[in-house]
Amino acid sequence: MGGFWDVVTGRSKPKQAKLDALFAVPNAAMTLQAALGLLPTGDGAVCYRAAAGAGFADAQQEILDLLGESDATPRVTTSQDSFGFTWLEVDNDPVDPTAPDITGLCTDLHAVNSTLELNGYGPGLLCSLIPFTGADGRKVGLVYLYKQGTFYPFAPSGPQQRDNLLEISVRDAAAGELPIEKDLSRWLALWGAPGL
Amino acid sequence: MARTRFVGDAGLTFRMTTVMFLLGGLFVALVVALMVIFGRSSPSVAVFIGIAGLGVAWWQWYSSDTLAMKAMRAREVSAQQAPELHAMIDRLCTLADMPKPRVGVADTDLPNAFATGRSPKRAVVVVTTGILQRLDAEELEGVLAHELSHVAHRDVLVMTVASSAGIIAGMLTRGSQYGLMFGGGRGRRDNNNGVPVWLIVLVVSLVVYAVSFLLLRLLSRYRELSADRAGAQLTMKPRALASALQKITGEINRIPQRDLRAAQSMNAFFFAPAIGGVSLKTLTSTHPSLEQRLEQLARIEAELGRPTA
Repeated sequence: MGGFWDVVTGRSKPKQAKLDALFAVPNAAMTLQAALGLLPTGDGAVCYRAAAGAGFADAQQEILDLLGESDATPRVTTSQDSFGFTWLEVDNDPVDPTAPDITGLCTDLHAVNSTLELNGYGPGLLCSLIPFTGADGRKVGLVYLYKQGTFYPFAPSGPQQRDNLLEISVRDAAAGELPIEKDLSRWLALWGAPGL
Repeated sequence: MARTRFVGDAGLTFRMTTVMFLLGGLFVALVVALMVIFGRSSPSVAVFIGIAGLGVAWWQWYSSDTLAMKAMRAREVSAQQAPELHAMIDRLCTLADMPKPRVGVADTDLPNAFATGRSPKRAVVVVTTGILQRLDAEELEGVLAHELSHVAHRDVLVMTVASSAGIIAGMLTRGSQYGLMFGGGRGRRDNNNGVPVWLIVLVVSLVVYAVSFLLLRLLSRYRELSADRAGAQLTMKPRALASALQKITGEINRIPQRDLRAAQSMNAFFFAPAIGGVSLKTLTSTHPSLEQRLEQLARIEAELGRPTA
């Protein structure tokens, strides 16, 4: 009846982000390499809505400091896209093809998310992107939707063109490891996303 | 536990609940009054009118998307026809985790937007070409988030249910005028005091209609404030919505009368009201004043930007 009361009082509680599913990505990455020959680039990005004011600036600085002082010292940059969302890119060295391990990357991404959430900006998280490349140069990003708690593949094959067949193969390969977004209309294109 | 910056407004919730409670009480009072009035004579006509009134309310709600689209001469646009608009709504719906509504565009210079439809799954969000021309991307996003909040709050359903007492009272008024002209001649009178039944019904339904009219306008203003709040919290940019409101309300008062008349019956579902400078404004307008809306947005922005420590 919570939903009924929200309707009566005209309130919608901002949807909180689900963070933990990201830790399933390293296993899924190994499956993708075995099944499709896709290798993680070692980079990753978090897309969120930044709020104006000191509170958010502090939180974002906290993230930059936190990631800057970790052992592997990934390079961290932020950029704005045309939809008004901020992309925080974590830039690591390319992974070793014989032992591709992106646990560290997922820990870094999780640190970004949990810092934002702790500061009260969890509802601003939109998606996270982990890019993969094939030996033939094809690129595909594994996109995590924070609010739905699901993953979907996005494979741009040209300007405003998607490689749907590759996306479907990625979905089928990763379905055992990750919660996949079932509603295909939620598989939003992310043209020009960092790392793709 | 993480802190939240997305606080509700307890005062607004309380006022809104009170108004809805009063509207519900009004409905009950109307039914009781009718039962008392028709206690001895045949109540079948009043029951019929009551059911017909509820039927009208139900039909207005059920076909609200097609009705409103037709009234505004809006056409649905596909993702190919309006890629930017769709991409913006896609992102907002993902952020809010709600189903994506259909998207429409109305060819009118009046800068406005509205959302309607019987449920979030059957909703439609319509913007006018006038608003597309005047607002930048950020402001348009603020307006769309406001409209999506109307959808999430099921405001069409709430307003329809809330107005059912008023609709029935309105129909009873018509019916009793009819009864006054024709029923009176047949000598149908109350046994005790000789006052025609239909005259009492007329007075009761007029009073109910007037009270319900004022309460509905009050409720509409509260729902608008709620949609502003939820929309600004969704985009995390209250400033963008504020500047959109300033642009639009400033423009609307300067729009020629022709456009205003054409859009008047749609006011309750609009983003900003299309009539400017009415007397009795504070009592009867469907939307809160610009000052009130800006004040609320300023409070939300302060809360979103407050340092954590």
